[in-house]
Amino acid sequence: MQEKSDHSIITVEHVSHAFGDKTVLQDINLSIAKGEFVTILGPSGCGKTTLMRLIGGFLKASEGKITIAGSDMTLTPPHLRPVNTVFQRYALFPHLNVYHNIAFGLKLKKIPEDEIRKRVQQVLKIVTMTDYEERDVDTLSGGQQQRVAIARAIVNEPEVLLLDEPLAALDLKMRKDMQMEIKAMHKKLGISFIYVTHDQEEALTLSDTVVVMREGVIQQIGTPAQIYNEPINSFVADFIGESNILNGTMIEDCLVEFAGHRFECVDKGFGANEPVDVVIRPEDIYVFEKLDAAQFSGQITSSIFKGVHYEMMVTTPEGFEIMVQDYNCFEAGETVGMRVKPSDIQVMKKERLCNTFMGTIVDESHVRFLGNTFECSDTLGLENGTEVKVKVDFRNIVLYDNEEEGMLRGVVSFILYKGDHYHLTVLTEENEDIFLDTHDIWDDGDRVGVSILPESIQIENE
Amino acid sequence: MQKKVIVFFGRRRNWSIPYALFLFVFVVVPLALIVVYAFTGEDGGFTIGNFRKFIMHAEAVNILIYSIGVAMITTILCLLLGYPAAYLLSRLESRRASLLVMLFILPMWINFLIRTLATVALFGFLRLPLGEGALLFGMVYNFLPFMIYPIYNILQKTDPNLIEAAQDLGATPAQVFFRTILPLSVPGISSGIIMVFMPVISTFAIAELLTINNIKLFGTTLQENIYNGMWNYGAALSLVMLVLIMLTSLLNKDSSAKAAEEGGLI
Repeated sequence: MQEKSDHSIITVEHVSHAFGDKTVLQDINLSIAKGEFVTILGPSGCGKTTLMRLIGGFLKASEGKITIAGSDMTLTPPHLRPVNTVFQRYALFPHLNVYHNIAFGLKLKKIPEDEIRKRVQQVLKIVTMTDYEERDVDTLSGGQQQRVAIARAIVNEPEVLLLDEPLAALDLKMRKDMQMEIKAMHKKLGISFIYVTHDQEEALTLSDTVVVMREGVIQQIGTPAQIYNEPINSFVADFIGESNILNGTMIEDCLVEFAGHRFECVDKGFGANEPVDVVIRPEDIYVFEKLDAAQFSGQITSSIFKGVHYEMMVTTPEGFEIMVQDYNCFEAGETVGMRVKPSDIQVMKKERLCNTFMGTIVDESHVRFLGNTFECSDTLGLENGTEVKVKVDFRNIVLYDNEEEGMLRGVVSFILYKGDHYHLTVLTEENEDIFLDTHDIWDDGDRVGVSILPESIQIENE
Repeated sequence: MQKKVIVFFGRRRNWSIPYALFLFVFVVVPLALIVVYAFTGEDGGFTIGNFRKFIMHAEAVNILIYSIGVAMITTILCLLLGYPAAYLLSRLESRRASLLVMLFILPMWINFLIRTLATVALFGFLRLPLGEGALLFGMVYNFLPFMIYPIYNILQKTDPNLIEAAQDLGATPAQVFFRTILPLSVPGISSGIIMVFMPVISTFAIAELLTINNIKLFGTTLQENIYNGMWNYGAALSLVMLVLIMLTSLLNKDSSAKAAEEGGLI
């Protein structure tokens, strides 16, 4: 998907964007093919709307280049771009009726009145809103306004249609229906759609290609199946669907150890005994009563009926909690055996094995990093002021409820459950991420104090 | 008895009684008196002579036409000066805008007679002649805030997404203005027009002070007649003006109702 080809209608190259000194997009590279349905997916604040607004021309990129239909349009104002947008809250003109809302763009292009009428009627048919021409837009329901907004955009026959969370304001049932209609429209029109959403299910249902973003950085680009089955890191695995994410060790090619057991897998190319993240989707674990055929076993702690399947939590004797989905129900308290097919075990390279910060030596027992001076047990006899790399293990960082108690203050920004512990990301006041493992339960957005124990600070000379 | 009193004051509807009384005594009764006086002759009998007198009195009719002219020019000048000001204010970030809006509104806190006297002094200081020019200046100066505020109010509430939508559909900056921003601000414009045009017709103090009583507006004629004890003729003139004001607000009926609904009016 990344290589530049003649078929790409939009290419985004090394685009970065900042509001003031806050970077919201970092080195974005993306290529969108003619007729492709691309979804930009990510949690709120990941920069997906900013990326869409850069493509639409409502923002000018701080850095990088955006090419649309073969010409450099990085600085082109929105009215000269061959793209049209469906806005999140529709943005229909309240002083115009349905017909004149849709005809707005065509009138600006000085298209003859009878052709405008024909084209408006045509798109009204596509969005199944025939006979609504004379209606005041205020009198329409949310779903109808949405259709008019889509009609107003596609009547201009753009090369690319941008949709900014177009279904966010609709209720669940309506959303499902509109998803299908949007997909059908895409097929009929044959133009590229760029669809921005935070709803992973929507992304998987609609797209040819999903772009997963987090904190202004693209995490993974792939087909829905690739994103779901082969997530590139624990963030993607956690964000898309339900998953068990566990720490593991790659013993050798096609053999991985996690949750206290060794499993056959299909992944190769890792170093011997390399620590890895293992992802298993809950529906890929087989549960049964016979324990002798099991790869590992555990006791059901909870079982909830979810409509099609039961969602059960299993605790293994080794102390790992695993989520399992199955059509058969097992009651809480039952002991079950479990199996996983080698191809259903997704092994991912760990993004990092410990925290790494840049620091400077203060004296023989202190080092300065993260805007603070820390005591440390060994400074390797380095001179004061030497620039060093500081490594801190995930397990020796302590969080406090009371912000004042720690040496640093921060906010819990991401939580990942690893079966027997939580892996937390804490964003400090200095805008640096600290990663740590804990058994305590914290919430996203909790303000915390952070302390680092002297013996866990390891110094490496640059 | 005590219980009855409590019930009486407990009904929210009854709280409006003091104001209703006030309204009746000081608005409804005087209006009725104006109508009665206007159709009453010197002898106390019914007549339409007062109106005949007005129509035959060329000077009075000319003054009325002149007053309407002054009101129209003032309104147009206020609109031409006020719209860009309101537009620029609405584009500012809210903290700076509210300070600037305050500066625009500030003169309204001072009594307009004092402001007008200050204008006279200013013209004297600058050695500018008083007269028609001074009159228009005084009118515009006094009524400009009434034009700016409702327009600013509407523009500031306009969804910025609508402007982006217009750009997205291919509108140049000028087209964005004439096809979205301007039509969307019509309720603010019409409420501004009402709030400037109607009071200007009946203002006499500004004319008196800024033209040293050389130019008479309809309000002046009215005031002179009443002052000189011509109650019946004065009432007829008042009625003519009331009808005129009612007609202007009827012309604006659709948009002014909408403007009131959207908070365009102050």
